[in-house]
Amino acid sequence: MAVPKARRDMPLTPISYPTFGSMGKTGSWRTFRPIIDYSKCTKCTLCWVYCPDVAITRREDDSPEIDYEYCKGCGICANECPVKAITMQREEE
Amino acid sequence: MAQIIIDTANHIAGYAAKAARVRVVAAYPITPQTTVVEKIAEFVESGEMDAEYIRVESEHSAMAACIGAAAAGVRTFTATSAHGLALMHEALHWASGSRLPIVMAVVNRAMGAPWSIWPDFSDSLSQRDTGWIQFYCADNQEVFDTIIQAYRICEDERVFLPAMVCLEGFILSHTYMPVKIHDQEEIDAFLPPYRSGWILDVNNPFSHANLVSPEWYMEFRYMIQEAMENAKQLIPEIDKEYGRRFGLQYGGLIDKYKCENADLIICTMGTMGSEAKIAVDNLRKEGLKVGAARIRVYRPFPVEEIRNIAEEASIIATIDRHISFGMEGFLASEIKASLYHMEDKPLLAGFIAGLGGRDVTFKTIEEIAKKSLKWMKAGRVEKETVWVDLRE
Repeated sequence: MAVPKARRDMPLTPISYPTFGSMGKTGSWRTFRPIIDYSKCTKCTLCWVYCPDVAITRREDDSPEIDYEYCKGCGICANECPVKAITMQREEE
Repeated sequence: MAQIIIDTANHIAGYAAKAARVRVVAAYPITPQTTVVEKIAEFVESGEMDAEYIRVESEHSAMAACIGAAAAGVRTFTATSAHGLALMHEALHWASGSRLPIVMAVVNRAMGAPWSIWPDFSDSLSQRDTGWIQFYCADNQEVFDTIIQAYRICEDERVFLPAMVCLEGFILSHTYMPVKIHDQEEIDAFLPPYRSGWILDVNNPFSHANLVSPEWYMEFRYMIQEAMENAKQLIPEIDKEYGRRFGLQYGGLIDKYKCENADLIICTMGTMGSEAKIAVDNLRKEGLKVGAARIRVYRPFPVEEIRNIAEEASIIATIDRHISFGMEGFLASEIKASLYHMEDKPLLAGFIAGLGGRDVTFKTIEEIAKKSLKWMKAGRVEKETVWVDLRE
């Protein structure tokens, strides 16, 4: 949908269609980076369930993969992981 | 086939929702509105009405559910009173801002504190600026006809706004009167199936009424104002068409009574308008040139028609069943505002009456009229706002 130029082109109420990454690549917002230790991961998929930004995908074997282009580094996955397989590391380290 | 039934205005509102083929009703009970939604629940339970009845935990949720249903593409109805309406306040803005043609019966009840269950307009008039069209009814038949008319007006593409159909608690809500329930086929011919400006679609998902930056917000507000102006043109036209089809019409925006050549025009809203007609007849018998104008549509406000009525009058008396604390009655303020640009404008006397359900009979109105005529002769209004029947 094009942005209207004049009032007569405007809808009655603002309408937004979902687009992929409409806020840009939000991974740049991150100060802490989640790192998965796959030797500890039990593939329980809880991190995938809890990720509020759908930035964790499940591989075929159910092991999680973080999409660092969109992960904002909120740390919820690390907090929820029952076996402490995810640690948060400062970006510059 | 049309039939005449004898019932309360609340039940009649239920009959109107059924006749309008409403598909979703979400409501929370509150005195004196309760029997509106009880009647609808009966209709839904018995299968006479093919609608989803959503029981909610508050009026705020009732309006939210109506917004969702209207956005999903069905005709919706709800009803409330006083504190229930106040609790809905935030959602009222969402309904109008989303341009959804929801119709709601407001059974007028005075606001607390102190508690009151009796009628005045302080509940619905507090919602004046929410972007809802507001109708005020004078009898049970008008409640039925106005609800049907309201859907037609709200769902017009020039309007797409929600509307309140207001009726005073107990005076109408619990009073039995004969009412003509029109033939369903004729109602269907007058009121086509639900239409709105946009409908949610699972196959093409979008979100609505999102955050808009300062570059866009004002235009959306302007469009609501435009829609209100369109409604002002449309309401009298629809009322006339209704009259042609069903033999009943209400004067469009203002129900005028003997206003021609009147020195004094008594302006009222709601049931006080019926009493004013009796008062006018009695005063005319005494040779006094008095007319009555019942403001039937308060939003959009009939500015131009007020000016037309004021052309010949020497004084206008407003009777407000409401007080804007720190100012005066809304009707007084808005009529004064309407007259401001007239060169030769009549005097205006504001009266506050009937708060919290105190009776305003034709006798009260005759006294108001005589006082106003005295001021007219003197050429000035002695007191800008008079509280009628106030204890000393």
